[in-house]
Amino acid sequence: MSSKPVAPSLLDPAILLPAFKAAFIKLDPRQLIRNPVIFVTEVVAAMVTVFFIRDLATGTGSPLFTGQIAAWLWFTVLFATFAEAVAEGRGKAQADSLRRTKSELMARKLVSAEGRETQTIAATSLKVGDLVLVEAGELIPGDGDVVEGVASVNESAITGESAPVIRESGGDRSAVTGGTQVLSDWIKVRIGTAPGDTFVDRMIALIEGAQRQKTPNEIALSILLSGLTLVFLVAVVTLWGLAGYSGTVLSVTVLSALLVTLIPTTIGGLLSAIGIAGMDRLVRFNVIATSGRAVEAAGDVDTLLLDKTGTITFGNRMAANFMPVPGVTDAELADAALLASLADETPEGRSIAALATGEFGRQTPAVSLPVSGKQSGREVVALAVGGGSVQSGALAIDAVVPFAAETRLSGVDFAGRRLRKGAVDSILKFAGVRDENVPAEFRRAVDQVARTGGTPLAVADGNRLLGVIHLKDVVKPGIKERFAALRAMGIRTVMVTGDNPVTAAAIASEAGVDDFLAEATPEDKLGYIRKEQQGGRLIAMCGDGTNDAPALAQADVGVAMQTGTQAAREAANMVDLDSSPTKLIEIVEIGKQLLMTRGSLTTFSIANDVAKYFAIIPALFITTYPALAALNIMGLTSPQSAILSAVIFNALIIVALIPLALKGVKYRPVGAAALLRRNLLVYGLGGLILPFAGIKLVDVVVSALNLV
Amino acid sequence: MSIIGWLQIGLLFLAVFLAIKPLGLYMARGFAGERNFLSPVLGPVERGLYLAAGVDAKKEQGWLAYTLSMLAFSAAGFALLYAILRFQGSLPVNPQGFADVPADLAFNTAVSFLTNTNWQSYGGETTMSHFSQMAGLTVQNFVSAATGIAIALAVTRAFARSGAATLGNFWVDLTRATLYVLLPLAVVVALAFVAMGMPQTFNGSVSATTLEGVQQTIALGPVASQEAIKQLGTNGGGFFNANAAHPFENPSALSNYLSIFAMLSITSALVYTFGQMVGDRRQGWAFIAAMATLLIAGIGVIYWAESYGNPILHGLGLEASLGNMEGKEVRFGQAMSAAYAGVTTGISTGAVNGMHGSFTGIGGLVPMLLIQLGEVLPGGVGSGLYGMVVFAILAVFVAGLMVGRTPELLGKKIEGREMKYAMLAILILPASILGFTAISAVMPSAVASIGTAGPHGLSEILYAYTSATGNNGSAFGGLSANTPWYNTTLGFAMLLGRFAYAIPVLAIAGSIAAKTRVPASTGTFPTHTPLFVGLLIGIILILGGLQYFPALALGPIVEQFAMLSGQTF
Repeated sequence: MSSKPVAPSLLDPAILLPAFKAAFIKLDPRQLIRNPVIFVTEVVAAMVTVFFIRDLATGTGSPLFTGQIAAWLWFTVLFATFAEAVAEGRGKAQADSLRRTKSELMARKLVSAEGRETQTIAATSLKVGDLVLVEAGELIPGDGDVVEGVASVNESAITGESAPVIRESGGDRSAVTGGTQVLSDWIKVRIGTAPGDTFVDRMIALIEGAQRQKTPNEIALSILLSGLTLVFLVAVVTLWGLAGYSGTVLSVTVLSALLVTLIPTTIGGLLSAIGIAGMDRLVRFNVIATSGRAVEAAGDVDTLLLDKTGTITFGNRMAANFMPVPGVTDAELADAALLASLADETPEGRSIAALATGEFGRQTPAVSLPVSGKQSGREVVALAVGGGSVQSGALAIDAVVPFAAETRLSGVDFAGRRLRKGAVDSILKFAGVRDENVPAEFRRAVDQVARTGGTPLAVADGNRLLGVIHLKDVVKPGIKERFAALRAMGIRTVMVTGDNPVTAAAIASEAGVDDFLAEATPEDKLGYIRKEQQGGRLIAMCGDGTNDAPALAQADVGVAMQTGTQAAREAANMVDLDSSPTKLIEIVEIGKQLLMTRGSLTTFSIANDVAKYFAIIPALFITTYPALAALNIMGLTSPQSAILSAVIFNALIIVALIPLALKGVKYRPVGAAALLRRNLLVYGLGGLILPFAGIKLVDVVVSALNLV
Repeated sequence: MSIIGWLQIGLLFLAVFLAIKPLGLYMARGFAGERNFLSPVLGPVERGLYLAAGVDAKKEQGWLAYTLSMLAFSAAGFALLYAILRFQGSLPVNPQGFADVPADLAFNTAVSFLTNTNWQSYGGETTMSHFSQMAGLTVQNFVSAATGIAIALAVTRAFARSGAATLGNFWVDLTRATLYVLLPLAVVVALAFVAMGMPQTFNGSVSATTLEGVQQTIALGPVASQEAIKQLGTNGGGFFNANAAHPFENPSALSNYLSIFAMLSITSALVYTFGQMVGDRRQGWAFIAAMATLLIAGIGVIYWAESYGNPILHGLGLEASLGNMEGKEVRFGQAMSAAYAGVTTGISTGAVNGMHGSFTGIGGLVPMLLIQLGEVLPGGVGSGLYGMVVFAILAVFVAGLMVGRTPELLGKKIEGREMKYAMLAILILPASILGFTAISAVMPSAVASIGTAGPHGLSEILYAYTSATGNNGSAFGGLSANTPWYNTTLGFAMLLGRFAYAIPVLAIAGSIAAKTRVPASTGTFPTHTPLFVGLLIGIILILGGLQYFPALALGPIVEQFAMLSGQTF
């Protein structure tokens, strides 16, 4: 991963100061009605304010008490809007810098596809299908595909990664993003997206939360919270009548205080902040999601489809073992393989050398080059011996046979020996060994390697077979543990590979994936996703090629690589700017964290009500029924201080929980039951007990300051 | 409290637990239409009924058609019962020659039996003819219970099926529940009651000369048959005004035992049937565990509060060791009075063997709270099960969020639509209970009906609307509820509690049935563990009970503290 996600400090004044202002702007009831719990709080606060003004004007009632209740009810609303503003503010800085890059973009539109004659127009007037020329030092005016040329491009504006990337026509590296800078050479780009809908535009909208729509889960939770608000509205309004039975007249102020403390203001106030912070967390992991829905779906994913190459394995096969035939020592075979591989510049060849010098402890011999060393392998040999400085007593190489795709072998000739390593059939042909004469041990070693999913290479010295090199796909270190963690989360991993089933099975078992799809074509992937979805599962996959696009679109969570093609990026609902295939795992965790934070704060909010009842109910009725003093288990000073303390606690807890809402509840891959037990204990039981202490503490302060 | 008392309670629940599985399995098979030992006799009857009614037993209904059938059947049942009561004087089998029932009482009574509430604003033996009791009330005792079972079956199938458009056939479910479950069990229980000394006769009453030489009229009638279905169908409407405290309705400790057992049997076993039909019996047991925990805790509190007694009376020289025996029958004692009170309110039966209004503050609070929690412990036949499913939906929603997954119950995802209907159902209960109580509490004409001054009077009103909305039917004595205001508003409370709750529940069923059943993974939160049972209990207490705290504080809670401090009103 190129950049470690660092959350901006919560106390950053650059975020806090505008947030204060935004918090007041957000008090507009037309905006606030999207959040029913806080909207009700605002209505109630306005109502109490009216009564406060009446009390002041007429000199009746207790304006000091009413005024303070009104003030704290307004604070409750403000703290909620502030939480949202802070969450939005954290993405805003990034959005502003993006917008700056975008604002003065000019485009050099090509007059014809062939020539290089251009006319300069504003980037905003570009249309889909227009061709533009971008030369070194210029910014690319819009999203599109390179149709001609090759250039290095600095995409740091988007990815934060300063190392330039190569963009060229055709293949999987053709997509370019508007706002990025061409560093060298030139390219012709066919514009693929209309201005206003480009990647940068979407990114800005997303970060600022302008296009934020409630996700399905947020809607369901809002229904629960609105329902609870209604339930408590019924309980509080009817209390007026129930109290009337015993001759107690309850003021609007105290009923309002009771209502606001009972309705789930804590989660209601933090709900949108949690959602925005979730998207922000994703952005800091360098992933851009096109909708909050996708982030939420990520938390629900049942199956991850992962490409083998680059994700699970390093992408090229490496030598893992030498298997000599009887009569040949390990050392002999290793030496022979090492020398024969000196002229093999492929990663496989290098891995053989690395295995021989590393695990098998052989020395790379000093060699002297052949006089007529015109073969292209000479550079490699020169490299192998350390810059080609020939030492005395070095092996005198007569001829170098470099690796070639046609011959599929490489080797060296020296002192009458002809060492070769390569594909088994090529080596057998070279050594002149006929099929029926192949030694049984050699045959067995080849079979064994093939059976375990590896690739066997043979080593021969002239017509003598020395042994077999076991080449295999090397699984990335640590990947098995990640899959185990995913399994603990309840997520199946499925490896997708073009390999044959035997090879695929071997790698699958080594990497610890739950299933694999061998010899997979893009249609196979699509079919597999559809089949899983019919079983009710949610699928996530990542891909970069154009042929991945249908599967990316079909998957519930499709993550495209930033380096991928435009088609893939369009089809996916997330784009990973780091182009790291294992990023899916982080995305899943962020999705889960988002839901968990909502759930935990909901539980906390509801559990809080118990303590608030014990504070307010005895306070309301103590004059009518002195016996109810027994319910004042917190020993609060006076009825008024009890009510005020409950309201103050209710407002302050929102502020206290803003950091948690923004950071999110920590996700641990420990299985659902253990996770629930822990969260219930912390937020359920904690939510039950904490307000007793909190309200008592506020009451101590309130009565010490003589506020009522 | 005594060891013997707890043993009695323990033995009772043991007997119920033992009956759950066989009865639950029997019902699961019966509802599926499988043959059983009664099929040779009842099979032709069942087919005959379908033929007569023109019902195609193989044709299933979607949630809307199912709901409309249920509503149409209920409306017809109401019209018939209302007519019988209104024209009682002109109808046969009226040996005592009772007059027509007045309009408001007839409305209240018809709604009451239709909704499986059996709130009785009247005294049975002095108001209802034998014809009204048998052809009117007892018929509704059967079919209102069967209707509850049918709705529960629709909800059960919603979870059992995957991607389904239909929930079963209401008429078939209604017929099978009546024929194979309620009728045969009622026959057996009625015979047992007769053997225990309960009257079963068409004679109106007998006259006796008491020891003082006074003539006394002793009311008789077909008591045992009505008692059997009253308990099995969680109806609760007694033949006599004193209900199960009357020696003819509940002659002995043994008949008391059988009564409680009968109340608990079908409604508990239906939860097992749910588990069986959705293919996850552990889910059924988890629900039963949550229900039993809360119910037994409730009984324990009543038992404790009543055994502790009333210090004011102790101060006057009453024997403290007996506890508070006011309004209780000596033949049942503290333990079985507490068990009866807890069970009859945890279930929506509403039959009483003691006067809840005479209980201590806390002892009276618990029965009220058990109803307010939504009648799910284990609730009325069928209605308790679907009420529990609503709570389970809310519980998995919270639990699911806390483990970072879109919540699912038995593989069905719980989304906005289900939450909307679940909250609607949950909202109906406090709106009706607290709304009607608050209005009555400030209406002088309504307050005039109370029997006791002080907070107890408020408890009487609160209990009445709680009982009506919860479709329970028991009362906190003292309140003279046979007035046009109470008859009408209690009638509406009963209708709201039954239908305004059942319709959203059936809508949930329709939405759940259409969903694909997702296979469970380790990321799925298991809903049959003790942890979930604990969470479910917490959700029931918090979402079901928290909103009543202020009302309870002003009624039974203040009464309890006042009693402890020696204050009277």
